[in-house]
Amino acid sequence: MENKNLPAIEINNLSFSFQDQLVLDNINLTIRNKEFIGIIGPNGGGKTTLLKILLGLLKPNKGEVKIFGKSPAKNLKYLGYVPQYSNFDKSYPISVHDVVLMGMLGRTGFGTPLKKENPKVAEVLEKVELTPIINKQIGELSGGQLQRVLIARALISNPNILLLDEPTASIDSKSGKSFYDLLQSLNDDMTIVLVSHDIGAISRFVKKIACLNKTLIYHDSKEISVEMIEATYHCPVDLIAHGVPHRVLDESEHSH
Amino acid sequence: MFEIFQYDFMINALIASILASVAFGIVGSYVVVKRIVFISGGISHTAYGGIGLGFLLGFNPIYGALLFSIIAALFISYMRKQTKQYEDTLIGIMWAFGMALGVIFINLSPGYAPNLMSYLFGNILTIPTSDIYLMLFLDITIVLMVFFFFNQFQAITFDEEFAYTIGLPVDLLYTVLLLMTALTTVLLIKLVGIILVIALLSIPAAIGIKYVSSLKHLMIVSVLLGIVFNVVGLLFSYYLNLASGATIIMISIIGYFISALYSKMRA
Ligand SMILES: Nc1ncnc2c1ncn2[C@@H]1O[C@H](COP(=O)(O)OP(=O)(O)O)[C@@H](O)[C@H]1O
Ligand SMILES: [Mg+2]
Repeated sequence: MENKNLPAIEINNLSFSFQDQLVLDNINLTIRNKEFIGIIGPNGGGKTTLLKILLGLLKPNKGEVKIFGKSPAKNLKYLGYVPQYSNFDKSYPISVHDVVLMGMLGRTGFGTPLKKENPKVAEVLEKVELTPIINKQIGELSGGQLQRVLIARALISNPNILLLDEPTASIDSKSGKSFYDLLQSLNDDMTIVLVSHDIGAISRFVKKIACLNKTLIYHDSKEISVEMIEATYHCPVDLIAHGVPHRVLDESEHSH
Repeated sequence: MFEIFQYDFMINALIASILASVAFGIVGSYVVVKRIVFISGGISHTAYGGIGLGFLLGFNPIYGALLFSIIAALFISYMRKQTKQYEDTLIGIMWAFGMALGVIFINLSPGYAPNLMSYLFGNILTIPTSDIYLMLFLDITIVLMVFFFFNQFQAITFDEEFAYTIGLPVDLLYTVLLLMTALTTVLLIKLVGIILVIALLSIPAAIGIKYVSSLKHLMIVSVLLGIVFNVVGLLFSYYLNLASGATIIMISIIGYFISALYSKMRA
């Protein structure tokens, strides 16, 4: 790590539009190293867009983002991306092993073939508890398993920051270590940013919560108020959270 | 039945169909998994403009086709970077533009009207030995590219955005993939013609994808299926006196339906 005291992620006056549609409006957010933050907001609120800007996949129209002090393009090696699993084409003929190995590609020289038996693959699959399905086709996996495969693929390059897009599929995994425990243990040595439209599902996990719907509301804490949610979702709270009382979200057990 | 191989043109046809099967099995696998069949159609049809240009200026039309399909591939990859909107519309326009340009060039060509049917629908029996060498050269290029960059191409066809985030030169790889598609479609023009190219590029891989567990296997299966379809089609066209391109496509489509029925029954 170049400088542990720099914020992991720094977003300054960021605005972004798709053609004429303003999707992110003057976002400011600083995420310190080893933080675990959840960003909630309705579908279409700009969560995926924000992650893509952090990854350098989209360029801001205004403002800037910094990853450990530099542009995303310069510090890609610190970022691990776990895209939304439900967007995947599960008919692609590829095994779990090969998907995970893909995460190493950026580190080999261009055109250098990857070693077929890479010990790192077994190591990260062990972490996400998928060792037994290493040779399965991705088409045979459940949503939750695919989600973990994508996490393993991100982990294999030892990122410092993990960005997860709507990882709610694995939350109900019944066997083994829970998704919650997995993220907690990863959080010991990396910053985690998790975005989701599902307040109930993510509030149990994260240590801090921000609300995003074109604009971002964040008080550097886990406390979110009825006002924050209403401002974000543009509808009365009891419609979206079945009457979640004020600040209930810092109690983890409350999900329906 | 092997008396047909006493003819040089039949030997050439056979060699050509095997060589072409290698290229379209490999590139077709990427085209199918990446779902760029329509883009490939655009690239191959634009080549018609180059064929017209060849006739107009008096050079081998296949080089014209090569030039135009390469320009088409570069145009598509450039355009994709600029805007993701209306990509399919622009490809459709380019497609029609190439075809129209070809027709006009041929109208303007002096002398007799050339036999365009063989470019539109293919005629494997008229393949000269020089084209065989060209095919061999293109095959070797494609095989080498895929040998060295298999994982990189797999990454961009499986998950392009992730490929960016690990620092792969995605745009370059995508452009190279489209260029390989362009080369392959030109290879196939003599075989089945511009209009039927998409079918031969996509059908073997579309069949194979139901039975394989890796991209590598998909390529091997597609190459083998391509060879079978070509050779069987060639025999049928010879004995029944039918156009070779259309017969090869018919055989491929019958193969596709047999496979679809088979997987239905298995399910
Ligand atoms: N590629 C795109 N082109 C145009 N508009 C887009 C594109 N991707 C997303 N949008 C629009 O941007 C807005 C934010 O989308 P997104 O970031 O995906 O929201 P979320 O992830 O919070 O559901 C939506 O209105 C969506 O329709
Ligand atoms: Mg989203």
